[in-house]
Amino acid sequence: MVDLWDGMSRAFWLVVTLDAELVEIALRSLQVTLIALVVASAIALPMAALLTVRRFKARRTVIAVLNALMGLPPVVVGLVVYVLLSRSGPFGVLGLLFTPTAMVIAQVIIIVPLIASIAHQSLRDLWAEYHDLLISMNVTQFQKISTLLWDARRALLTASLAGFGRAIGEVGAIMIVGGNIDHSTRVLTTAIALETGKGDFALALGLGFVLIALAIVVNLAIHWLGRTEREGRW
Amino acid sequence: MSTLFPLVAKGAITSRRGKVLVGPVDLTLDGRGTCVVIGPNGAGKTTLLRLLHGAARLTKGSITWACPTEQARHNQAFVFQRPVMLRRSVEENLIYPLRAHGMPKAEARDLAQNWAERVGLQEMLRRPAPVLSGGEQQKLALARALIINPKLVFLDEPCASLDGRAMREIEAILHEASSNGTRLVLSTHDMGQARRLADTVVFLLNGQVHEQAPSSKFFTAPETPQAAAFLKGDIVE
Repeated sequence: MVDLWDGMSRAFWLVVTLDAELVEIALRSLQVTLIALVVASAIALPMAALLTVRRFKARRTVIAVLNALMGLPPVVVGLVVYVLLSRSGPFGVLGLLFTPTAMVIAQVIIIVPLIASIAHQSLRDLWAEYHDLLISMNVTQFQKISTLLWDARRALLTASLAGFGRAIGEVGAIMIVGGNIDHSTRVLTTAIALETGKGDFALALGLGFVLIALAIVVNLAIHWLGRTEREGRW
Repeated sequence: MSTLFPLVAKGAITSRRGKVLVGPVDLTLDGRGTCVVIGPNGAGKTTLLRLLHGAARLTKGSITWACPTEQARHNQAFVFQRPVMLRRSVEENLIYPLRAHGMPKAEARDLAQNWAERVGLQEMLRRPAPVLSGGEQQKLALARALIINPKLVFLDEPCASLDGRAMREIEAILHEASSNGTRLVLSTHDMGQARRLADTVVFLLNGQVHEQAPSSKFFTAPETPQAAAFLKGDIVE
């Protein structure tokens, strides 16, 4: 209990004094996660729309696999990305291991199935509503997809936020591919793991509270920008 | 004379999982007036309209137009019994089919405002379409179908569950469209509406065209006993 209070007060002072290391780590966390989110959304949302409107033989299997991949173990993803990016791996020549880029790649792999699955659920419902209308209007496949993505944008925002939540709290994969290097690849989650390992529970808790606050602030900001609760009724 | 017509269906059948839903249908539609499709529940009115429109799969037979099918699809529209509203404003709903047909945005916006005035929705242009009343939604659906100036519009019971006033407004729009040269093919349960709107009548029973005749002839002297019984209000199977 003492650790908890101590953690909260440490978090408070870290934020109030704008601790340089905390700011650096928090900004890196945000940077890596937001880049991963943008890349993952750019892949997952059109993929979900395509799975919604296109009919092909293995469609159900692809959807089932995508749903199953929502529970992809981050540590395994980290390990696979590590092997691929390591010097002896196929992409070793790129020299990406232990860089923020490697962390972004791992996060993208983890959150693409999550965003795509949630987005697919929303788009499927909307497609059921729009199907006859868009068929009768004789619109192209591209127009169908863009219409669904635009009209379901608020639901898709929720899908992306779920991906953000998963990515910002991720530790296993980015620890492996990033290496938790000070001033280079250290982010909030890996810093928490490090401080816990060192026995500094108060600082670890402090960083944890900062992480939670950051996630809430970003979620609120995106909701506000997306006008989710103001125009979201229809 | 339009290049779309005549629409000729020969032995047209649509089926699902081996069960024939409609057909075989032999039907010819020329490019004039309003054709009203009537028949009891389950006769296949909606499916016939969807089949002719190309929204239901043709399992057997043929449906041909005087022009290539793709061109015919571009010149027709469909209004559903329960209007489907895009989750956008009234104006955006009207603009959508025009943009899909490649019209520049400014021109589409002008036309949308013009049509909103014609159907009495000019005060609601910025409102979200899904929150309109049933009658307003149906007027919007009709305007959205007519805005592309189609040669043919299929309407599946467009006034079902609407009150008298809304029905009168819808029928006024349909009259105007018809007198402007748009061919209407409309299904209805309402015999009063069928009498008011029809130039020709198609009587459908068990998925087949039982009788096709000019409305004056059909309503006064139907050829088949089933049609006569249906007009009398008897249960027909």
